[in-house]
Amino acid sequence: METLTLAGTSVDVNAEGYLTNMDQWTPELAREMAAQVNIELTDKHFEVIHWLREKQREGVQLSIRKIGNSGLVDIKQFYALFPGGPLKISSKLAGIPKPASCI
Amino acid sequence: MTDVMEKPVTKQAEVPVNKDKGKLKKVLVICSKGRLEDVYAALVMANGALMEGIEAKMFFTFFGLDAITKKKADHLHTATVGNPNFMPEMPTILAGLPGFEAFASYMMKKEMDKLDMPHVTEFIQMIDAGGGEIYACKLAADMFHLKKEDFLDEVKGIITVGDLYALAEGEGTQIIFI
Repeated sequence: METLTLAGTSVDVNAEGYLTNMDQWTPELAREMAAQVNIELTDKHFEVIHWLREKQREGVQLSIRKIGNSGLVDIKQFYALFPGGPLKISSKLAGIPKPASCI
Repeated sequence: MTDVMEKPVTKQAEVPVNKDKGKLKKVLVICSKGRLEDVYAALVMANGALMEGIEAKMFFTFFGLDAITKKKADHLHTATVGNPNFMPEMPTILAGLPGFEAFASYMMKKEMDKLDMPHVTEFIQMIDAGGGEIYACKLAADMFHLKKEDFLDEVKGIITVGDLYALAEGEGTQIIFI
């Protein structure tokens, strides 16, 4: 386990940089993490991030399709919000584990 | 003190490490078959690439064209006869009865639904939305008398084998043939 210090707080992350405890997440942390991958988080980003965290708490296995059916964004918008691997990047920014989904 | 049985822990599989750091930038998935399982293999791989931030192009040829033909895309079947992996204990004569193949395909699609796998047309829309590009083979389209309007709206064009290789140009590209 490694520790990442961002936005004035220290959080536990795994080797790939995913938070190991989603309760350590803060919006400021997400903003800082996003800046590192050149994404400036908007309200829309946060809507998706909060939705992901909520689903993670419910134990739902996340997939691109589920996000497309969430009513928040369609798949095209999702790819545009988090370019270069949307599900992985959004999960990392949401402080939840790397999604184990093939679809 | 009581012995407490240790709880089973679900561990996530370790991520395989690739020593060659040459990045995979693009995949070109060629789908030449129209059976349900082959088409899904092609769709999952193209969509999976996009999910990883890898560019993806798809080229459908021969019976693979069924997967992008409006009338057929959502009605693909699996083979129950001549398929050694499908219920090997089932006598061929029974597996060949009318309706059996439709039933088997229906059951397979039901299992796929449980895994949240989209239907073929929805899958193709997902790939298109993710920036993937879908093409039909000119030679096969001519052979089956199929025109642009017979194909799903997401199909970008009907192209030659030369165009196909042009799509695969660039460093870090892999071609997957199904």
